[in-house]
Amino acid sequence: MGSISFRNVDKVFGQGTGGVKALDDINLDIADKEFVAIVGPSGCGKTTCLRMVAGFEAASAGSVLVNGRPVTAPGPDRAVVFQQFALFPWKTVRENIELGLRNKNLPVGERSDLVASALKLMNLETHVDAFPHQLSGGMQQRVAIARAYVLDPEVLLMDEPFGALDAQTRVVMQEELVRLARHNPRTVLFITHAVEEAVYLADRVAIMTRRPGRIKEVLDIKAVREREKWDSHARIEDVMDLESFVHLRTHIWKSLREEKGFKDV
Amino acid sequence: MASRPLGLGETLLLGLAGLSSFIGLWSFLSLSGIVPAQFLPGPLDVASRFWTLLTAPFAGATLPAHLASSFQRYAYGVLLAAMIGIPLGLLMGFFRLLDDIVTPIFDGLRFIAPIAWVPFAALWFGTGVGGPIMIIFAGAFPPCLINAYRGARFVEPRLVEAARMLGTPSSRMILEVLLPAAVPSIIAGLRVSAGLGWQSLVGAELIVAAAGVGFMMVQAQGSVQTPTVMAGMIAIGLVGMLIDVLLRQGEGWLRRRRGLES
Repeated sequence: MGSISFRNVDKVFGQGTGGVKALDDINLDIADKEFVAIVGPSGCGKTTCLRMVAGFEAASAGSVLVNGRPVTAPGPDRAVVFQQFALFPWKTVRENIELGLRNKNLPVGERSDLVASALKLMNLETHVDAFPHQLSGGMQQRVAIARAYVLDPEVLLMDEPFGALDAQTRVVMQEELVRLARHNPRTVLFITHAVEEAVYLADRVAIMTRRPGRIKEVLDIKAVREREKWDSHARIEDVMDLESFVHLRTHIWKSLREEKGFKDV
Repeated sequence: MASRPLGLGETLLLGLAGLSSFIGLWSFLSLSGIVPAQFLPGPLDVASRFWTLLTAPFAGATLPAHLASSFQRYAYGVLLAAMIGIPLGLLMGFFRLLDDIVTPIFDGLRFIAPIAWVPFAALWFGTGVGGPIMIIFAGAFPPCLINAYRGARFVEPRLVEAARMLGTPSSRMILEVLLPAAVPSIIAGLRVSAGLGWQSLVGAELIVAAAGVGFMMVQAQGSVQTPTVMAGMIAIGLVGMLIDVLLRQGEGWLRRRRGLES
């Protein structure tokens, strides 16, 4: 089980008259095993949404619920994959992946079985004893994803996980994530400002306004994907060529462009 | 003025030039009689005295023996400073409350020069083993504490968040996240500590009644044997340089192993 709910969530940074309202009345329900991406202009507060589910930030008003219970602190039931990987530089690949399992006090045998399957899942078997700085950015992010998956979390929180990767590595990682998500579906909250990425990966895409961020529109991608059989295409570029894909992408682009001050993406 | 980087040969040459002009000026001042020999012994007198002291005892021991007992005292002082300063610094970096309690006291204490502790070191810990060690400790402690604290306090926030997300308990957070993150800062602090501890040596040995380079120098001063005093100064300088070079090597090795540049 792993559902996420935002109920009338506001977030204000700073206090009193100097306070800046980052999020305004966010309402969003993510069902168990659903993959939802949030897209929005820079500074719209999409990362803040994720950080509140992770327990790194508290809502100023309203509530953030995971499985119906309010979030109070970070924990291994809500694994996070960070944009800048956040691997421990002094730990090997194996040690990075194993830390969360040690914290759960699992016996050694069980731990090494779980680590082995996570390594296999992310094609990391040949880099078990490497240190993060010896790996490419793509490999480092594989380790971070393995570190999250190995915990078998109720929800997976991904904060622009491919934002720091080069374009080609990014495509490979997107394809792998789709493979993971379709074969072993779990609840995912995915933050990105790349529109194609969101449409390609997610079941639903939530579009946010610029600051103070509000949810402007939620699109059901999954219905289109299943109707148009996107998953029959193995390669990302073939999916991105489909008329139905282009249509959705253009719709989101237009919606984002309406936001005044929208420059990047 | 813009300058191109110098090669190793040129750097060595410049160093030698500096050293030889220093010795030249020193020789001129003492040999010409401008400064009387009692006030400033000549380089040759000092060198020959240094040589003699290597084998002939003065104030109860040879120079190497004095150095050995100084070094032992010094090692205890610095070790004690590291053993208390590093864990305390890490804990202060993690527990805000401890930080708020300790920092005001420490900020005042750290400006008191080690030598100012001499009377109390002698009173509290005696002139045998304890007193001198306390003075060296007073010199070596602040950098150990400050650097461990800063290393732990300013660890990359993402790493702490990642550890918390993985359910890491406090003890493991300190030992496996804050400590390794602080290692480069701690090593840099240890280097400063080692230097300051060694500098505090003479002050520490003012109150020693048996052996040590500082003790030897104080005895020589009493009988106006200026070449012996200066031989002691040179010994302290050389050993200090050696300690620094070794620690620098250790620091470089550690940083390379960690994948940090230089």
